[in-house]
Amino acid sequence: MKNLVILGAGTAGTMMANKLYRDLNRKIWNITIIDKDEIHYYQPGFLFIPFGIYQPEDVVRTKAEFLPKGVNFIIGDIARIEGEKNQVLLKGGRTLPYDILIIATGANVVPEETPGLTGSLWHKDIFDFYTYEGATHLAKKLENWEGGKLVINLAETLIKCPVAPLEFAFLADAYFTEKGTRSKVEISYVTPLSGAFTKPKATKMLSALLEEKQIHVVPDFYLQEVDNHRKVLISYDQKEVPFDLLVTIPVNKGVDMIAASNLGDEDGLNFVPTDKQTLQSKKFENVFVIGDATNVPASKAGSVAHFEGEILLENILSYINNLPLEAKFDGHANCFIETGYGKAALIDFNYETEPLAGKFPWPVVGPMGLLKVNRANHFGKLAFKWIYWHILLTGKSLPVSSHMSMAGKEIEKKKSV
Amino acid sequence: METLVMNNGKVDVNEEGYLKNPAQWTPELGHEIAKEVNIELTDRHFEVLNWLRAKQAEGVALSIRKVGNSGLVDIKEFYQLFPGGPLKISSKIAGIPKPVSCI
Repeated sequence: MKNLVILGAGTAGTMMANKLYRDLNRKIWNITIIDKDEIHYYQPGFLFIPFGIYQPEDVVRTKAEFLPKGVNFIIGDIARIEGEKNQVLLKGGRTLPYDILIIATGANVVPEETPGLTGSLWHKDIFDFYTYEGATHLAKKLENWEGGKLVINLAETLIKCPVAPLEFAFLADAYFTEKGTRSKVEISYVTPLSGAFTKPKATKMLSALLEEKQIHVVPDFYLQEVDNHRKVLISYDQKEVPFDLLVTIPVNKGVDMIAASNLGDEDGLNFVPTDKQTLQSKKFENVFVIGDATNVPASKAGSVAHFEGEILLENILSYINNLPLEAKFDGHANCFIETGYGKAALIDFNYETEPLAGKFPWPVVGPMGLLKVNRANHFGKLAFKWIYWHILLTGKSLPVSSHMSMAGKEIEKKKSV
Repeated sequence: METLVMNNGKVDVNEEGYLKNPAQWTPELGHEIAKEVNIELTDRHFEVLNWLRAKQAEGVALSIRKVGNSGLVDIKEFYQLFPGGPLKISSKIAGIPKPVSCI
């Protein structure tokens, strides 16, 4: 028998376990998946918890219920990968040999990276919403908060679901408006990038939303530390932003086990150097990487993991059959952007093509609109929860191609000279 | 397609002045772009610019923290070399795409 081992039973790992269990010869291949805990969180749902749109129980299931019965599921802490010996070491001493390894250990928020972020105000006036704990604590805080300066700050640009902070700002505007306290709340969006929108078409189509919702943008602000005593954010070039309530999007990192295995990028953020097209690790040819754990320049999002999954399956089958890895990931991502009041926008893009306006998934009929704010997109976002549990995790295909399609997208005609 | 006329010829740039093709970059072009943002490039600047170009060519997503953890410069020095928005400005001078989010 041969062993295929998957590290991490989150979105990407669970999906790969299902796909491989279906497509590998079970007389030859043993599939094992390892994770440190039993709970599967629906991470896209964290955004809705602070506003009471989802209740905490809406986002919690067990990992086991989404894994095929024939896959070995081990709950345990991974100590390190020994790539030269083709084995994984668990804490406690157990060794798991592999013929093929898939790293799907994801990314986590690490507020401890920023001085002062987890100081005396942590979970009192400073919250994140990228964890179950952060989102549920924040929900309680917002319920009783009377108003003041609400600051949404991105500590770093390489974060999971890069549109979520902006969605948070839009939903906060709607939440306080419906509550009747909007006039007492100042909303600021403080980002290290050059603006809340950075791509030309998205800027053109969507930046009016910020003015309409009175969200004040502070660009080019790279957070150095938080002064808990004075309640201010301080940037590396000594700019300051005061807050009463800070919603932080902390620095994201891969898991520490990656560094312990000497598999991380030299920058210490624990993301694994990965071929951006084949998804093979750059260090070992029998190690593949998927989802948030890679260092590829694609968004860290569930849709990306899904599109990568189809490519990775093909490449692993080629690898087993000693064929060249011909499937190429194009960076395809597809994300809803909640804008409040039962509406949302939708974007679809890849490594090369910025989000464009148009219809999705079918030209002309849509029914969803790209870079447009409408109700159909919002229902798409809500329906995605069902799709996530029933189609995405189980490794089935969506009626959307892995490679981004230009069908339905509006392309500007080149000006003739 | 917009073009930028530099002393050694024409290069293609986008509406914000970022090179469309990193391969068209030369150190001389770096000097020209830097002048527009009032930076006089030193060897130290070039160490950072070359690192950024190498990482970009490898297909790596870049961030200020990555540069700060590179072992080359810390974030403070990165700000001193390229004041205001260090990654945004250094990327422009290095002839690589502007650091962006997905929208």
